[in-house]
Amino acid sequence: MYRHKVDIKFVGLLRLLVMLAACIVLLIFGFLLTEAWPFLFSEHGGQLFTDAVWHPTTGQYNLVPVILGTLYTTIGAVSVAVPFALATAIFCQFYAPRWFGRLYTSVMEVLAGIPSVVYGFWGLVVLVPLVASWQGSGASLLTGILVLSLMILPTGTLLAIAALKQVPSEWIQGSYALGLSRWATIKNIALPASGHGMLNALLLQSTRAIGETMAVLMVCGNSTLFPFGLFEPVRTLSANIALEMAYAMEMHRAALYSSALVLMVMVFILLFLNQFQNRLESTANGKS
Amino acid sequence: MMSKAMSQGDRIIQMGLCCPALIICGVFVWLLFDVVSQGISGLSWQFLTQLPADAGRAGGIVSIIVSTFIVLIIALLVALPIGLGTAIWLAEFADEDQTGMAVAVWVRRSLQLLAGVPSIVVGLFGYAVFCQLLGLGYSLLAGGLTLGCMILPLLIGSLEAGLRAVPCTYRINAVALGLSKFSVIRRILLPQAAPALLAGLILSIGRALAETAALLFTSGYVTRMPESVYDSGRVLSVHVFDLAMNVPGGDKNAYATALVLLLGLLLINSVLKKVVNIWAAREN
Repeated sequence: MYRHKVDIKFVGLLRLLVMLAACIVLLIFGFLLTEAWPFLFSEHGGQLFTDAVWHPTTGQYNLVPVILGTLYTTIGAVSVAVPFALATAIFCQFYAPRWFGRLYTSVMEVLAGIPSVVYGFWGLVVLVPLVASWQGSGASLLTGILVLSLMILPTGTLLAIAALKQVPSEWIQGSYALGLSRWATIKNIALPASGHGMLNALLLQSTRAIGETMAVLMVCGNSTLFPFGLFEPVRTLSANIALEMAYAMEMHRAALYSSALVLMVMVFILLFLNQFQNRLESTANGKS
Repeated sequence: MMSKAMSQGDRIIQMGLCCPALIICGVFVWLLFDVVSQGISGLSWQFLTQLPADAGRAGGIVSIIVSTFIVLIIALLVALPIGLGTAIWLAEFADEDQTGMAVAVWVRRSLQLLAGVPSIVVGLFGYAVFCQLLGLGYSLLAGGLTLGCMILPLLIGSLEAGLRAVPCTYRINAVALGLSKFSVIRRILLPQAAPALLAGLILSIGRALAETAALLFTSGYVTRMPESVYDSGRVLSVHVFDLAMNVPGGDKNAYATALVLLLGLLLINSVLKKVVNIWAAREN
């Protein structure tokens, strides 16, 4: 179909590169599976949920506290960040002077690039002592939630602002023309119309929070006991891998790769929900 | 949208919404002020040019900076050809026929998944493949390759957007002149899209610079000056982590290193803004 010989070679090369790029995620999944295989698909597999504790040196591999730690920090961080991101986005888009909105957006763009290790470091030297002076040792679920929510806030706010900007301005103008107040316009028109984008933002930031390592590793205290309170130390799946991988051998190592698979599955569920949501939205748009 | 006068109720809501925005600003000012004020005292010419001593408590970070550059360059050398090739295919060739379109859907899906894989998991993959299977051990090369995999989705996304932004008339006219697709892309599309491509590249460098978890078990912890890409070396973000967590009394240098990292990212960000502005100016 290409008239020039060079194009045939060129397209062949491109196809090769595309295949390479598309295969990386399969390779990742495949390697995790092979490394986890000796643990996951042997008599050990069930241990992830039935053992008493996570204590790899004595062959005990209960992953439930760590999974719970991941869920608690993620859900906590998202529920702290969402109201702030939503309120700020509405403020910037509808109530603030235009220069403020623009300034705020560009500041958030810069903040979104701050490495998570800097958030973690700041949490460790500033927030942990602060929480400790209030209650407990400081390195706790609460500190983790605060640092993590701070970390996902900039991107979350940017996505929320982008979602509000997507609402056609004719709708807003029309609502104003009908005499609705700004708040009524936001509540009845802007928010419902941007709901899809907001949900997208929420799922994407949850994916980031669930996979985040450095920030939680540095402030959460990393205990593998069942987390019972806001001031108790917790350990997340990602932190568990980062802490133990350096010295893990044989079955312990395979157990860590299994926990990475668990983490991947959690992330993929979120991404799948996101896609499902996108498809629902596009079919809804197709009908209207 | 600002043409509407505010009612009494709107004024109250404005006040209410103003608070969260100010709180967020306050917290971030606190964070940045803390890092800058504590870091600036440790920052000096000696700090940037001396080797780390006493597990990083004393001395500087020159070997850390060198390792960071090497890892970044390797990551870009790997990611750029694959990323550019994939972006060109997705933007220029995928829509030509039914199979191409179907494949493109799956390629995009796969890249989306890759973007979602937690960096620590990419690190585990890099450890299993580059360090062990390929026998590279803890090395800058292994770290760079792992990082290259990590930044690929972002790189492809921005490169493709840049290529698609070139007006279609250019392609039609070039094809009408009988040029091969290869020369259209090389002589017209790539030069035209260059600022956008550069912007995508800079964005990816920023992402790569901020990465820590993927490099923990791939490029390693060694603070010596690397002699080749097969040596292990510590990057800036890992240095901050290690000083803060594992070295008692390392806080001062951790602050200074964090400040260097932030300044580097700020520099990258301002270069990015410049490039985008140049591009926008050329469009008009």
